[in-house]
Amino acid sequence: MDIVITGLVLGGTYALIAMGLNLQYGVARIMNLANGEILVAGAFAAFWFWTAAQLSPLLTIFLVAPVAYVVNWLIYVIILRPLVRRAKSRGQLEVDAILTTFGLGFVAVGLMLAVMGGDYFSYSYLSVPVMLFGEPYGLNRIVAFLAAVVICGALYLWLNRSRAGLAIRAIATAPASARLVGIDVPRLSARAFALGGAVTAVGGALISTFLTLDASTGVIFTLKALVIVIMGGVGDVRGTIVAALLLGLLETFVAVLIDPGLTLAAAYLLFVLILLFRPQGLFGRRTT
Amino acid sequence: MTTAATVLSLRGATRRFGGLTAVDEIDFDVAEHEVMGLIGPNGSGKSTTLNLISGALAPSGGDIVLRGQSIGGLPAQAIARLGVARTFQLVRLLPSMTVLENVKAGAVFGHRRRWGWDADAHAMRMLERVGMARAARSRVGQLTYIDTKRVELARVLASDPRVLLLDEWLAGLNPTELQEGIALIRSLRDEGRTIILVEHVMDAIRSLCDRCVVMASGRKIAEGTPDAVLSDREVIRAYLGDDDA
Amino acid sequence: MTATEWRDLGLALVVLVVAAGLPFFGTPYYLTLGVTIAMYAVLATSWALFSGPTHYISLATAAFFGLGTYVTAVGIDHLPYWLLLPIAGVIGAVVAGLVGLATLRLSGVYFVIFTLGLAEFIRQVITWAQNLMGTRGLYVLTDLGEREIYWQLLGLAALVFLGGWLIGRSRLGFALRIIGDDEEVARHSGIDTARAKVMLFMVPGAVASITGAIIAPRYVYIEPALAFAPILSFTVVIMALLGGTGRLWGPLVGVIPFTFLTEWVARWFPNQSTLVMGLAFLVIVFLLPKGFVGLIDGARARARGAFA
Ligand SMILES: Nc1ncnc2c1ncn2[C@@H]1O[C@H](COP(=O)(O)OP(=O)(O)OP(=O)(O)O)[C@@H](O)[C@H]1O
Ligand SMILES: [Mg+2]
Repeated sequence: MDIVITGLVLGGTYALIAMGLNLQYGVARIMNLANGEILVAGAFAAFWFWTAAQLSPLLTIFLVAPVAYVVNWLIYVIILRPLVRRAKSRGQLEVDAILTTFGLGFVAVGLMLAVMGGDYFSYSYLSVPVMLFGEPYGLNRIVAFLAAVVICGALYLWLNRSRAGLAIRAIATAPASARLVGIDVPRLSARAFALGGAVTAVGGALISTFLTLDASTGVIFTLKALVIVIMGGVGDVRGTIVAALLLGLLETFVAVLIDPGLTLAAAYLLFVLILLFRPQGLFGRRTT
Repeated sequence: MTTAATVLSLRGATRRFGGLTAVDEIDFDVAEHEVMGLIGPNGSGKSTTLNLISGALAPSGGDIVLRGQSIGGLPAQAIARLGVARTFQLVRLLPSMTVLENVKAGAVFGHRRRWGWDADAHAMRMLERVGMARAARSRVGQLTYIDTKRVELARVLASDPRVLLLDEWLAGLNPTELQEGIALIRSLRDEGRTIILVEHVMDAIRSLCDRCVVMASGRKIAEGTPDAVLSDREVIRAYLGDDDA
Repeated sequence: MTATEWRDLGLALVVLVVAAGLPFFGTPYYLTLGVTIAMYAVLATSWALFSGPTHYISLATAAFFGLGTYVTAVGIDHLPYWLLLPIAGVIGAVVAGLVGLATLRLSGVYFVIFTLGLAEFIRQVITWAQNLMGTRGLYVLTDLGEREIYWQLLGLAALVFLGGWLIGRSRLGFALRIIGDDEEVARHSGIDTARAKVMLFMVPGAVASITGAIIAPRYVYIEPALAFAPILSFTVVIMALLGGTGRLWGPLVGVIPFTFLTEWVARWFPNQSTLVMGLAFLVIVFLLPKGFVGLIDGARARARGAFA
């Protein structure tokens, strides 16, 4: 029972991170391989504000979100949009985007190493046990999970109810037709990319309350987020959430029952199985 | 209907894209040495039908039979090796290669496989055939529109196909080029090749095709000689819309 | 063979002979540098054989390399050394073939993730298995010195170049150029694109694995974190693309300057190597999309234009 709850709680935070990546990939069509570094940057901000000013991570996210939004918007407009413009084919854009976002990820790691060195950073925030169904859990995990649920829910409502959300979903499903009905695709792509970055950074801030990170752990989270997005289906919010919860459960099971050193291997195995048997995602329809 | 042996038959061939049925239970036969026109208004499913035959897409239902062998759903390379070759509605050349290499691509891996000097010589003959030998060493980026179409045709011919699928090969040509183009396809016809021709140019259909299949909204609505189908009421209605019929 | 081909062959032989003489006239420092350059030349050239025409970015180098080091580490006490290299090659090729079968039907992003994850996956599994056996690593004790390793790598480099040249002249090489240009046309011309890609992907798989097996004695003590270090994969990608994958010798043109650059950075700015790698990626995408080879070819074409 405690494995299930721990797994679901972990998966909830993963969902937030993968949502960010999914927004970026689904709308802006750029697989952001620097996604994990955005997460680590968000985590670092939370760590820094906590150690320097005892500012609660739950407040820091209101600072992290707008900053990450602006930074990601600038990255998209200055660096990625020229690539979209010059690409002669989808394949070329894909290769350029892979190399560029890897490059940005490395630059981010390099900068973070310069600022804070290679040490792990962790802090103790709300690390008091709470009892749920007769078992103790870290309050920080529960709080992070609840915050993730609130943010995911808000995002879901916004995507399904608001005009801008509708336009964004239209681009994700049919970019060409979206253009025809008068949606400003380039502008919304930039916004979706920025929003995705903000969501991921917030996820990072939340995750830092209960996980220990260092400057170069980003790539692991990128891998996990990618596994979730592919499993859940590109542009599919519901699928992303289910996939994230599944991954959280799987990792917790493996960590508890076999070895904590095998969590990434388990995620990878899951990814391989998905690729072999359901490359269109858990809920996706086979298209071509 | 025809006495010659049937080379290719479609039996209830169907292709759906999500909710849209682009090709809806199409049946027809193509006989040896026959030139068959596949016509119909825009979006009626002609290119999709060719895609099913060439293996670019797998059918969602029905079957396609080439000389007694079922090919529906085989990968494109397997179908190409059985001697079916095609041009694309939007010309596709290999941008990093010379004209000669483009044509050689058809000679090397197709249903007759040549290599080395033999492949080069064969590709050169195909270029002569379409009147492009002078440009053998050029890059494809420098070609005019009709020349790109010629090179693509030469690549297709280089595989010495038994069935040739031409998707609007004459579209976008000016009147002189059109005459040259029709003459070129006629020479293929005179060689006795089996051809399926998707076309909008009525003159070409009248002068080249033995028989036509007319499609509208994915269905076959008529079949027969060009003159007969082009005066058919339902065909006219499909082309002009209901009001004018 | 044409006159230029004879000239190129002669040139390659001269370079090889001069390079083979390095241990006799260079200082130990240069020999160490020589091993690094030879290793990356082998890895980057074989990487480009596959990734150049197919445009798939493979990050599996570390996985194959690590497997190779473990072949030596595990086998050195039981089998003669000369048998280990071909065994490593076969294992690398088989793993690459399996990876190719699983992924090469899919789009490029999936391939990148799959290959990046592969090294991590194998690393975690080996670490776990070693923990179960109560060890952290393995000793590789041989009497092979830096010189012998260097010569073996040079020999492997010669093989890779020869193989690459032969593939370039073969039907497989031609098929890959067509696939690189337009996969749809390739399939419709009768090319089994999946098979061609899988077959070619086995080349860098085997080569990287053999390289790992050759390098293993240099490490003396092999641990998963060392053998499967992901940075190796990234470095190879940068070097190959920096040089340019359009030609067989292209990656080599990237390997040499980048090795010196990383040496220099490691010496003066030891904490900034990650930053430099990141910048290298951006330079490749924005300034050198065809690598140094593209610059050289462009300059040549301009010179020809100026004289004509
Ligand atoms: N890959 C695809 N995915 C979704 N829909 C498609 C696809 N290919 C074709 N269609 C749809 O199928 C229908 C038939 O298209 P097709 O290209 O076969 O028509 P066509 O008869 O060749 O038209 P045209 O004369 O304009 O070339 C169209 O509505 C088209 O939008
Ligand atoms: Mg069409």
